Amino acid sequence: MSRIELEQVTVRVPTVDGDLRILEETSLTLTERRVALIGPNGSGKSTLARLVNGLVGATTGRVLVDGLDVAREGRAVRRRVGFAFTDPAAQLVMPTAAEDVALSLRRTHRDKAERRRAALEILAGYGLEGLGDRSVHGLSGGQRQLLALAGVLATGPDILVADEPTTLLDLANSRRIGDLLFSLPQQLVLVTHDLDLAARCDRALVVDGGRVVFDGPAESAVQHYRTTA
Amino acid sequence: MTTTLLGSHRPGTTLLHRLPAGAKLATFLVVGVVVVAVRGPVSALAFLVGAVGLAVWSGMPLRAALRSLRGILVMAVLLAAYQSWQHGWPRAVESVGDLVTLVLLATVLTVTTPVDEILDTVTRALRPFRRVGVDADQVALAFALTIRAIPTTIEIADETLDAALARGLERDPRARLTPVVIRVVAHARATGDALHARGLGDD
Repeated sequence: MSRIELEQVTVRVPTVDGDLRILEETSLTLTERRVALIGPNGSGKSTLARLVNGLVGATTGRVLVDGLDVAREGRAVRRRVGFAFTDPAAQLVMPTAAEDVALSLRRTHRDKAERRRAALEILAGYGLEGLGDRSVHGLSGGQRQLLALAGVLATGPDILVADEPTTLLDLANSRRIGDLLFSLPQQLVLVTHDLDLAARCDRALVVDGGRVVFDGPAESAVQHYRTTA
Repeated sequence: MTTTLLGSHRPGTTLLHRLPAGAKLATFLVVGVVVVAVRGPVSALAFLVGAVGLAVWSGMPLRAALRSLRGILVMAVLLAAYQSWQHGWPRAVESVGDLVTLVLLATVLTVTTPVDEILDTVTRALRPFRRVGVDADQVALAFALTIRAIPTTIEIADETLDAALARGLERDPRARLTPVVIRVVAHARATGDALHARGLGDD
């Protein structure tokens, strides 16, 4: 598994009333295969997750992925860390499903026909066979989230950071995406409000008020969150 | 669901669909320059008729085409009124004819050509410029994203209008324009994050 390290990291955002502290000084090391981040809305858990591939920069301290500094070696880190957003619509940038996955394959497949074949194979692997030429607007919510995950995973990351990937989905699709996430070979950092999903992880961090207030086995973390929320 | 054809590919089997993207891009670029360079209302009308002919040939559904051109046609009417008042009707016919012709040609290109093909074509065309520091992949990606941004922006404008209508604010320009600007900027940032999340655009 990869090693994600936060060394005395803080995140502050300047506002007209002074700096807003989004994340208080945090140091931690994540080496487990499945790590959940849970906590109330606005607690800082998404910020913590976004630090891992540089979508948010640390104000102080540093973030390392397998020894690579996210701030200095961002390109190398982003090749190792894929990120899935809550709203898949924000992540689909090409008109059709096959073209969107093909976009992720441009670096590894220079030949167009080969790229399309690989994209269709990947889509089939995620249960989206026959939808290659479908407009991304014409897909259901569950299909869009599967496609967004397929697009990220097609780049071959070692780590997948997923920020509330099931929040916008119905129960059946939520289970489908959850099962998919837990079947992946990648290291998973999962931000979620779904405590059943969080409890399936090896480790969970409860984030509240910009601080990690509990860090331990997932079952214990979920129990802690249930009793303190 | 997007309501515009501009920026949206529609699979088909017409000759226009089968032509290589590079040939279409180059031809439309030259035709676009000629449309703007040749002056006069007669030539503008001739170009417009030609563009309508191409649009019909491309197999794009005419009702959808008219619906997607609605915004441009409203602007064209305003432009025609202003030009007639300032410079007379021949200039008005020329300006509006050229504008609608260019939008129709752009629509024909995007309707008959997958974005992925345009991306490949622009990348290939710019490859020789790598020697002088041009990053062909980055430019091609920017080109493709710009094409994709057109229907998205129109969709955002439509949704914002619906939201303004729902609150009885359809006559308030602030309620109609401010959210569009904010959401378009937010969408641009989200697209940047999405590319970033896949490690694209770094090369």
